[in-house]
Amino acid sequence: MLEMTNVGVTIEGDNGSVEVLKDINLKFEEKKIYVMTGPNGSGKSSIAKTIMGIYQPTAGKIILDSTDITNMSITERARLGIGYAFQRPPLFKGMTVRDFLNYAAGPDNTIMHCDLLYDVGLCAQDYLEREINASFSGGELKRIEIASILARNLKVAIFDEPEAGIDLWSFQRLTETIANMNIKYDTTIVLISHQERIIRLADEVILVAEGRISGITTQGKILDDIQCLDTGCECRNNCIKGGEDNQCLIL
Amino acid sequence: MLDTLDLKLLEEVADLHGLPQGAYNIRKNGQAADRKTTANIDIITKKDKPGIDIVVKPGTKEESVHIPVILSQSIGDLVYNTFEIGAYADVLIVAGCGIHNPSSEKAQHDGIHEFFVRKGARMKYIEKHYGEGEGTGQRILNPKTIIEVEEDGIVEIEMIQIKGVDHTVRDTEVRLQKNARLIVSERLLTNLEQTAISNITVELLGDESTAQIISRSVAQDNSHQDFHLNMYGYSKCRGHIQCDSIIMDQAHVTSSPMISALNTDAQLIHEAAIGKIASEQLIKLMSMGLTEDEAEAAILKGFLK
Ligand SMILES: Nc1ncnc2c1ncn2[C@@H]1O[C@H](COP(=O)(O)OP(=O)(O)O)[C@@H](O)[C@H]1O
Ligand SMILES: [Mg+2]
Repeated sequence: MLEMTNVGVTIEGDNGSVEVLKDINLKFEEKKIYVMTGPNGSGKSSIAKTIMGIYQPTAGKIILDSTDITNMSITERARLGIGYAFQRPPLFKGMTVRDFLNYAAGPDNTIMHCDLLYDVGLCAQDYLEREINASFSGGELKRIEIASILARNLKVAIFDEPEAGIDLWSFQRLTETIANMNIKYDTTIVLISHQERIIRLADEVILVAEGRISGITTQGKILDDIQCLDTGCECRNNCIKGGEDNQCLIL
Repeated sequence: MLDTLDLKLLEEVADLHGLPQGAYNIRKNGQAADRKTTANIDIITKKDKPGIDIVVKPGTKEESVHIPVILSQSIGDLVYNTFEIGAYADVLIVAGCGIHNPSSEKAQHDGIHEFFVRKGARMKYIEKHYGEGEGTGQRILNPKTIIEVEEDGIVEIEMIQIKGVDHTVRDTEVRLQKNARLIVSERLLTNLEQTAISNITVELLGDESTAQIISRSVAQDNSHQDFHLNMYGYSKCRGHIQCDSIIMDQAHVTSSPMISALNTDAQLIHEAAIGKIASEQLIKLMSMGLTEDEAEAAILKGFLK
């Protein structure tokens, strides 16, 4: 289990300090799937980065299976089994997809490159020897990023808006793959998303607003509210907008 | 003839484990150390100056020539090599210089290589430079490469210098005739107090000639790098220069690509970028379990591949 208790994150930037996260309390249980949703800029990616160790908490504690990881480095957390698929994956000029996936898997693990790429809807023949450079589209980069998470045997896997740039046909396979990862390796899955089809995977839905957790609910409740939007009932006050395609969820 | 140290240097500069297949000429400390010719490839010692003529018969296919130079003592070595690649031949040429300098005096090798790539011939030329040695003496390599590519010829050049050379000035000049093609890929890593200067000039003389230069470098510590990559389009031709450097520590990098068109149908592009390793790249690899040092090494290894 991964537990965040009273976690706060303040970042020192060029224009003074920004309080990005305030008093975050969350429990992620083994084998469960969580979807984190909320408006752009609400702090979803920051929560993910704080779990990964990219942002260091300025208050509170993070515990993974009774180990205090609050002050651990990114590398240490990765080695304990935490993984994070970036919202905007970086390019690696010169590094091939094959090398990248090998680094992800680690030196002690052999991986089935072809299966991994198939799971994210890419043809291995076309991609394995390609460099991860600007010739890739945003969607292709996202898929490779997701494959790098699938290559690892993780306790906690976080996917930050995995649907961005991925067509509907591949999307189906992607959601199945993520659900499989959860079943096969008992991985706790955290999905940051606004997508109805992703929300449908959730055991619990976490709502984030203005750097805080504004609620924890079920997919049924959230989806009923979307339904309400579709049928044209009146927009209520706390309409949250987010995601690349700016869908509107009513809570 | 060749001792363990020589064999190690050979491995570094020519990926050789023992003696190469095909034709070869091994030069050690300014002297010819070993040579082999084949039915199609002749190697002749020059009479007027130090060096060799390498003559590849027209139509020779899938053969290779290795001409490594090794220096295992401090010495100043100057050599002139001339290559005649006959029409429609297809060959691989592996040159390279490895220096092991055990002394406090400098060890220097200046190689002047001139190539005539005849009509329709294809040549891949790999040049690797490597230096090592416990001595404080400087290891200096100054290659000059001049290549004439006749009609329909194809030349691919890989120039690699990854380790241990204190000073290098490399001059490369290529002239391309009608429908000739050139691909240059340069990989350079400098560290400590090393300096490297690379001057490449390509003249696109014939119609439909094309040239691409891809230069990637990493400058670490207090090292200095200076790139001057020039392309002249005299005809209906296409040329592309791409130079990309990663700068670290207190290093300095200057990159000046230049393109000149002397014909309205010349299409020339240059791109140059210098920057440090992006922190996002390091963080990504660390989040996959690599340490910061391992992540840095992985990024540099990919970049210089
Ligand atoms: N490194 C940072 N420096 C300054 N501000 C940041 C930084 N990271 C996040 N923020 C700010 O925190 C807020 C939440 O960002 P983020 O977690 O990326 O939101 P979300 O993923 O929900 O869209 C935004 O206002 C953002 O500008
Ligand atoms: Mg985000």
